Amino acid sequence: MPAPSLNLQPNFHEEGKRYFRAFTPGDDFYEALIETHRDLSDEQSAIVNAKLVLLLSNHIGDLAVLKEAMAIARKDAT
Amino acid sequence: MLSTYQYPRYDYVLPPELSGAAPKRYPVVVVGAGPVGLAAAIDLAQSGVPVVVLDDDNTVSVGSRGVCYAKRTLEVLDRLGLGQACVDKGVSWNVGRTFLQEEEVYHFNLLPQADHQRPGMINLQQYYLEEYEIRRARELPNIDLRFCSKVTSVEPQGDGAVVQVEMPDGSYTLQTDWLIVADGARSSIRRMMNLEIDGKVFQDRFLIADVVMKADFPLERWFWFDPPFHRGQSVLLHRQADHVYRIDFQLGWQADPEEEKKPENVIPRIRAMLGDDRPFELEWVSVYTFQCRRMNDFAHGRVLFVGDAAHQVSPFGARGANSGIQDTDNLCWKLKLVIEGRAPASLLDSYAAERECAADENILNSTRSTDFITPKSKTSLVFRNAVLDLARDHAFARALVNSGRLSVPTILTESALNTPDAETFAGDMVPGAPLDDAPVRANGQDSWLLRQLGGRFAVLVIANAALDAAATDALHQLAQHPLAPEVVLVTAPGVTHTTPWRVLEDSAGRVAERLDARHGTCYLLRPDQHVAARMRHADAKRLLNALARATANPEVEAR
Repeated sequence: MPAPSLNLQPNFHEEGKRYFRAFTPGDDFYEALIETHRDLSDEQSAIVNAKLVLLLSNHIGDLAVLKEAMAIARKDAT
Repeated sequence: MLSTYQYPRYDYVLPPELSGAAPKRYPVVVVGAGPVGLAAAIDLAQSGVPVVVLDDDNTVSVGSRGVCYAKRTLEVLDRLGLGQACVDKGVSWNVGRTFLQEEEVYHFNLLPQADHQRPGMINLQQYYLEEYEIRRARELPNIDLRFCSKVTSVEPQGDGAVVQVEMPDGSYTLQTDWLIVADGARSSIRRMMNLEIDGKVFQDRFLIADVVMKADFPLERWFWFDPPFHRGQSVLLHRQADHVYRIDFQLGWQADPEEEKKPENVIPRIRAMLGDDRPFELEWVSVYTFQCRRMNDFAHGRVLFVGDAAHQVSPFGARGANSGIQDTDNLCWKLKLVIEGRAPASLLDSYAAERECAADENILNSTRSTDFITPKSKTSLVFRNAVLDLARDHAFARALVNSGRLSVPTILTESALNTPDAETFAGDMVPGAPLDDAPVRANGQDSWLLRQLGGRFAVLVIANAALDAAATDALHQLAQHPLAPEVVLVTAPGVTHTTPWRVLEDSAGRVAERLDARHGTCYLLRPDQHVAARMRHADAKRLLNALARATANPEVEAR
């Protein structure tokens, strides 16, 4: 079995939901993400984002995948 | 400013009410001769229902306004007899490109599938659409177009409405069984009836400039985030008919609309975008804000709201006029059946339910686009910019770039008119979906599936060989139903039938493919070309019950 690598293809979906338009699952996610920050101050949002990264990182677990994501996220930042 | 368009002036004629004739009661009055009201009037009149149309003006839309007409709208306009005129005059396109600064980050194709008659979208100034609609309406003897006729009061009654109309020559009262309200976003009838419309207002302003120029931009929609010529904001470019380009500049909430409209302020913005040497002329300028909102109920007894009067969306996605015309496509066949006593008035509840659901989908999508284009918080802006950055290299992020999710028809999966599948089908042609187009041959001539259907119920049967006796009997029973659904056979090329029914040849094999159909499969289609039911073998009881359900009639027993 090849080592799992970071999935960079569209991958959003929801159990039991049928999509007729390709853009819908990604838009569902994006709205939920922005909604998570509704009415928060910038400082509160930064904490929420940090917690989100930690939660999702633990869910993924595989450090090879996480390091790949970290490298892409950091690219062009400096 | 230059004008590429000569506005027609329509003469008004004195209505019988002001010429001494006895007061008359009308079956249907439509208020508003915009693209949506006229579509309703044409649809009803060409199916045999006489219509009076009242409009307070005597010309078409002033300014280009709604410029994008989507594939499904064109298919409806085809049924109304004016799709071809719009396509011939308009600019057809399928591809939209989104740029971050100077670099393309994402593009979409509205019609990735081959073998559809109509393009994903055309751009056409709204005044042309209205002009063609008025021309078509005037061909129909049972449309009474009344210009310069302002509605000053509406009194709903159990069996209709009483409407007070003011004309330059005087006022009169009109009684109607049904009132269709298509008087636009600032609907005065909605206000007269004290009906609420709720939603949210977006705190941003956009400048629209219609610019006449010779240019070689491809026939595509171009959208920029943060372009070098308009830092920190977005810009949208569309080509319309007559070498007119529509440019939308995001201005921000602080902008002063009156100042921004002045040519001395508009011209430098365009100059910066085009470069210095290209000659152009301004044709029309406007500054707009927008809101996403809808009425709670589109149907109030015998007063039926359609288009912007019932629901409004942000312009990103062209979901305004398109959804309005689809409202009328949904409403008119139902109203006709109710007027003729062939369906109970409760059929109109499904108009409200189906189109309220469509409005919610349109509001959801256009709100999401607006939130992406004009982020409301610093965090939202950071996420938006991160998506755009990642979109350069990564497919998942490109899918999140939202510069407008362009108008596509709503798939009415939750409609009470649908008969659920009892067998398995692949693909998207589920009950509630508008039928996909496909090439066919009819009477030896090349044609399109959707051009061959619509305006009445139909049962489409795939018949690649002779149908068996049970299926033939079921179809005969259906054809004899008082609602007179038409039986249409679809055959593989080269198959011949001896049959009383119309035969379409599936010339490219797309009908069978798109409908996941095999020999014997049949689809019951509504007059608006939406799928009502489908089955693998024509069964009289199932078809008759599906027809009853699709018209809100009681279910029946087959003989």
